[in-house]
Amino acid sequence: MRPSGDSYVKKKYAPILPGSMDWPVVQLSKNRKQFIESVIHESVSVITALHAENGSLKEEIEQTRFKEMLRVKQNPWNVDPDDDPAFWSGIKARLLKISVGNNEKKHEDEIKNILHEIVSRYAHEIQGNFKRSRYKLARTLVKFGFKRLLNASKVKGWRSVWSRRVTLQDKIQITGEVEQLRSLAKKGTVIMVPTHFSNLDSILIGWVIHILGLPPFIYGAGLNLFNIGILAFFMNSLGAYKVDRRKKNQIYRETLKTYSKLATVKGCHGLFFPGGTRSRSGKIESKLKLGLLGSAMEAQRHSLQHNSDEENHKVFVVPVVINYHFVVEAPGLINDYLQSKGQERYYVENDSFTNSYKILIFLFKFITKGSDISVSIGRGLDLLGNYVDEAGNSIDKKGRRINIRDYFISNGEITEDLQREKEYTRRLGEVIVKEFRRNNRVFSSHLVAFTAFNILKNRHSHLDLYDLLRIPKEESIISYEEFRKSFELALQQIHLLNQEQKVTIAPHLRDTPDKIIDHGLYNVGMYHSKRPLVKNKEGNLITHDLNTLFYYHNRLCGYGLENIV
Amino acid sequence: MDSKISSEKPVGVIGAGSFGTAIANILAEKSKVLLYARNEAVVNRIKNEGISSGQKLHKNISGTNELQEIATKCDILFPIVPSSAFRSLIKDLSAYLHPYHLLIHGTKGMDVSTPAEMDNVTKLNRDQVKTMSEIIQDESVVVRVGCLAGPNLARELADLQPAATVVASHFDEVIEAGIRLLRNDRFQVYGSKDLIGVELCGVLKNIIAIASGALSGLGYGENARALLISRGMVEMIYLGRALGGNTEAFIGLAGVGDLVATCSSTLSRNFSVGYRLAKGEKLPQIVESMEETAEGINTIKIAKKLANFYKVRTPILDMLHKVLFEDLTVEEALQYLMKYPFNVDIDFL
Repeated sequence: MRPSGDSYVKKKYAPILPGSMDWPVVQLSKNRKQFIESVIHESVSVITALHAENGSLKEEIEQTRFKEMLRVKQNPWNVDPDDDPAFWSGIKARLLKISVGNNEKKHEDEIKNILHEIVSRYAHEIQGNFKRSRYKLARTLVKFGFKRLLNASKVKGWRSVWSRRVTLQDKIQITGEVEQLRSLAKKGTVIMVPTHFSNLDSILIGWVIHILGLPPFIYGAGLNLFNIGILAFFMNSLGAYKVDRRKKNQIYRETLKTYSKLATVKGCHGLFFPGGTRSRSGKIESKLKLGLLGSAMEAQRHSLQHNSDEENHKVFVVPVVINYHFVVEAPGLINDYLQSKGQERYYVENDSFTNSYKILIFLFKFITKGSDISVSIGRGLDLLGNYVDEAGNSIDKKGRRINIRDYFISNGEITEDLQREKEYTRRLGEVIVKEFRRNNRVFSSHLVAFTAFNILKNRHSHLDLYDLLRIPKEESIISYEEFRKSFELALQQIHLLNQEQKVTIAPHLRDTPDKIIDHGLYNVGMYHSKRPLVKNKEGNLITHDLNTLFYYHNRLCGYGLENIV
Repeated sequence: MDSKISSEKPVGVIGAGSFGTAIANILAEKSKVLLYARNEAVVNRIKNEGISSGQKLHKNISGTNELQEIATKCDILFPIVPSSAFRSLIKDLSAYLHPYHLLIHGTKGMDVSTPAEMDNVTKLNRDQVKTMSEIIQDESVVVRVGCLAGPNLARELADLQPAATVVASHFDEVIEAGIRLLRNDRFQVYGSKDLIGVELCGVLKNIIAIASGALSGLGYGENARALLISRGMVEMIYLGRALGGNTEAFIGLAGVGDLVATCSSTLSRNFSVGYRLAKGEKLPQIVESMEETAEGINTIKIAKKLANFYKVRTPILDMLHKVLFEDLTVEEALQYLMKYPFNVDIDFL
């Protein structure tokens, strides 16, 4: 399919839909009242159905109430509405009344009313606030800001702020199945699923979507990010809806899923990070959060049930891999990872983004200092994990066309079978993980970090990871000769994997090993205060921070390179 | 229970060997059945005389020689052919299969993707060896797959004796279809979600069945057999877990249930392979004279290489491999096993 994967896209694409009034997301925001009503209606009926059999709806509400009051008390945020405590105390009082009296019919109605109110509150909170005018403004700001900063740093310092010599596209390379993505976005609904390494990812993807001439995608952004004025502005403008990870109750989850499902049914392109949060370890995601994929699955079945032509109602999944030489948050992320020791649940999000000022600093650092970034657009998939062709037809391994309607058919007609769809979603998750690995783009910096860390690991094979990360500096010196030998072996293997289409490589990896090593050393985590890997005076390699070296090394885990270096 | 014949599409059975025929007869009690056989003479006997594999066929069964016909007429198919023919069958069938098809197979073997090279390697890993459900997903667009396994000796099923089976699948609807179609007053059907585990039960028990036949051939009795069955099960569990199954499957009907039946029955093909080996016959002449495939022989070959790769301790399998392919006598193998230093009885629960 792809020749060698080396070519970068560097051109401006015409928008696939000429007028912004035609964007599904604009349609959605114009009819937002109606839309949110349908979300509330469907969520209520789904939740009611879940509890219909054992009559446990009241218990569920009771539990939700309890958890919510706990959250209000223990973990309040700026964005929370002021009437949160009042609302939940009100619910509590009403629930108490129900347990006292004994008019059953009245009670049932009251429980339904309460559920309706809770769902409605959640739905309004989740709802995005997309405005066409603001979208355009935000886009201009992002473009303008990036460009100016970029030129200032790359050309001649601040005086060249107005130079046009360097464009964003010199810095951010878009590769892969761009044309297909554009064509799929015209044919059906696209769900983009990128890897997640940095808080910058969503802004970056927003920019990519615009450059490729696609209409805005809606996506769920953590509510915590709306705490911060400047981010809230951009997020709202870019079509974000809000996801609150503190609310771990069924009513909230179902409402959120229904919101995303119905938006997909309406044809809104969507974006979400299937890894859930940023990869702490620096590894490519291998376990995905399947909830939102599941609602895409339901949306697909729903569309097929109500439309006889599969052609125009197909949902496509497009995996996207983002690669950096340098992730600003790396030191913090890897510390989180090491501390949590796999106990993710008890881990409190430690955000390096606490106010608008810090974000500006971050953006500035990123734009001016961060080195190249690549965004690889993977081949489109249907929701069953089959590849699709340019026209959106699902194709099996033998190149035959598949009618995806058939996957949802039982005894000749489309049926709703949630267990079946859950299993399909699990399989889709596995396919996405494979596509991530395949579309991953090896940079010089990843390879030097991988090689160096493995040499140290082999040298100290009797130590476990935590002890290894504490070895004294003197013991972490690697002679250039030794390094180069291992590096060449790893490089050969990477080229081999590339030929087998198991990974893609950046063009600079076609250089001579010495040059690649220099390039990698120059770039790897280049603006961390403690560099993960540098040459010392004697020309040998030393590390100032084993943790971040470990982080950058992790990017290439799982390709079987461990046995070669 | 609903015993009426539904007006739904017929159910397809692919393979008219003794087990395929027995399953077709059970299915025919509730549904129209289309029975496929590759061999035209066999199909003619099905059509004209109503007989297949020596079993009288239910009136609801009709025969066919066309894969296209069976795939077009039936949404639910039961492929039950020898494992050596399984991949090529699915390949031929795949042109007519769609994602709405449900496939529940009844084949107890493993498939090596590079059979030509198999004799030259000493190790095989899980990527090189596929279960039958994996072949279906490899070669066709069908994803709703399941398998049948359990103590189901074809002869006894044909004689309408009471029995039970396990239908395993990741999909509830496949399990439910299996139960709906197969269950009757003398045939109980259990469901399991551990598809790979249940498939491996059916595959690995054939190894132990050969050993059981060998013990009988030597004239030994029930103490020896009980020893073999319980230690054999431990080996199955070790190997099964290394290959992606769960312990639970092995202590269920498809595991220990099928193991006991196969090891105790002189009706079993694998059992008779062991029996005749112990009586001094050589493997090639035994294979030559058998009407249907004894899956255990090929399974031993593959399982040995898998055990080598995953470093699983399998003394019984090792000895059988030596007897079958390296000219060790059954007596010598038994002597070795009796001297083997086992000390822990159960260490996997």
